[in-house]
Amino acid sequence: MSAPSNPDATLSGSEAESTRKVGPLLVMPSVIVLLAWMIVPLVMTLWFSFQYYNLVDPTTRGFAGIDNYAYLVTDPDFWVSLENTLILLVAVLAITVGLGTLLAVVFNQPFPGRNIARVLAISPFFVMPTVSALIWKNLLMHPIYGVFGALASKMGLQPVDWFAQFPLAAIIAIVSWEWLPFALLILLTAVQSLDHEQREAARMDGAGPLAQFFFITLPHLSRAIGVVIMIETIFLLTVFAEIFVTTSGGPGNATTNLAFLIYARALLQYDIGGASAGGVVAIVLANIVAFFLVRSIARRLEV
Amino acid sequence: MRATPLQRLLSFIFGWGAALLLFFPIAWMVLTSFKSERDATSPGLFFAPSLDAYREVFARADYLSFALNSVVISVGGTVLALLFAIPAAYAMAFHPTRRTRGTLLWMLSTKMLPPVGVLVPIYLLFRTAGLLDTRSGLVMIYALMNLPIVVWMLFTFYKEVPKEILEAGRMDGAKTAGEVWFLLLPLTLPGVASTGLLSLILCWNEAFWSLNLTSAGAAPLTAFIASFSSPEGLFFAKLSAASTMAIAPILVFGWFSQRQLVQGLTFGAVK
Repeated sequence: MSAPSNPDATLSGSEAESTRKVGPLLVMPSVIVLLAWMIVPLVMTLWFSFQYYNLVDPTTRGFAGIDNYAYLVTDPDFWVSLENTLILLVAVLAITVGLGTLLAVVFNQPFPGRNIARVLAISPFFVMPTVSALIWKNLLMHPIYGVFGALASKMGLQPVDWFAQFPLAAIIAIVSWEWLPFALLILLTAVQSLDHEQREAARMDGAGPLAQFFFITLPHLSRAIGVVIMIETIFLLTVFAEIFVTTSGGPGNATTNLAFLIYARALLQYDIGGASAGGVVAIVLANIVAFFLVRSIARRLEV
Repeated sequence: MRATPLQRLLSFIFGWGAALLLFFPIAWMVLTSFKSERDATSPGLFFAPSLDAYREVFARADYLSFALNSVVISVGGTVLALLFAIPAAYAMAFHPTRRTRGTLLWMLSTKMLPPVGVLVPIYLLFRTAGLLDTRSGLVMIYALMNLPIVVWMLFTFYKEVPKEILEAGRMDGAKTAGEVWFLLLPLTLPGVASTGLLSLILCWNEAFWSLNLTSAGAAPLTAFIASFSSPEGLFFAKLSAASTMAIAPILVFGWFSQRQLVQGLTFGAVK
């Protein structure tokens, strides 16, 4: 790589001059559209969050101060939605990272048909969210017609009506199924880069498989696990389609997360101000995570 | 590392056990799609296979128009993103400046903005501009949504191209445009292709904007499948047939792009 202070040092004078001018011109279009895509909606959301603005009631407009926020934090639904968002996040992270780490280690071992098994295991990640959700809800979890119910009856148990009795757990199961392959894929890539000689040396020194896992594999994976947690967090904070097609946030508000609450405020109740205040909360939450993610990626970036 | 026979056996059991469990919902869906509506509600393995469900999906719903919307929107969004990203990634990889690092990280940070945080303004802007329920609206959103990932992936591919090759081209008198078009693009075609593939997968499966910004005219398959969620639309065989057709192409793409997926989705943070 050439010295960053003078990247065109190897080029002849006039060429260097022309590319120095052209370079920024080529980056500019992407920067401009991304800037617009980020700034315009962000400013509008902030602006609306301080406004009285309801699409079905055009008479009340104007500056609302912090009324929208005050209404939001005194609304029990908001706190329930925050709680649901966090439960969903933590549960899915625990399941996907835990099982993903175990499976990554398993899939790093040679066994017959490993490549085919791996392809099957990561397939759920490519299924669109609306399909995953409806297949799980109807074909698997339906208390009368579903596979789980049939298995339960066969074993003499009472079939569980998942979406009535444990709605949030049902959503967690679906979302975990979608994201476990992601964790597996990333962690497997990381495990494969582990130095074999290091493990061999540990084995020679008499470290058993468990000791090898805890003292060599796991520390090696910590960075990748961190990345998986952060990327999943960004997506899991705003799970939407799975809830939209299965429970619509119900029963009651049992499966309403922050994303669904904002959607309902905006497009079902037309409360633009209230929805925007919720949107600002979602943005702040995501930014806390994003800060750490960008920092950890920046450390690896070579320009 | 040499594994003992017991370790191999355990890996085999756990590996295949996990694979079959994880794949089961998909396999069951495909199986159900070949059942009659009556068989579909009784979870059994033995039934008279039929294509009725597929026939009805084609006959009853306008399946092809939804599929066409998905194709147009995914391809459109991907091509648009590539058009913006190729020059940007080229310039940043081969002519980095002091600001390149910051620009790359800033682009990445735009990806962290939760879509639901900007749902309200985007919806209102689209309504004002007449872009609600249009393909071009979603093409724009998808291009912008994937632009940071596409720039990053192309950037990492371009970084791996030896600079000497471009030098040689320059000696022969290639100008910047010629350099990109005749040297870089052929050299990095596999990279561009896999970047495009990842973008296609992400567009195809996107289900926040497609559900909120389309109704009938421009609705892609994600939204079509969502229409099966109403209780009166609860037909397991038809749901399975429509779902199988909706995921099949992208599942195959996904199988071929596992590697690039890791790179693209982690912004090169995991190698």
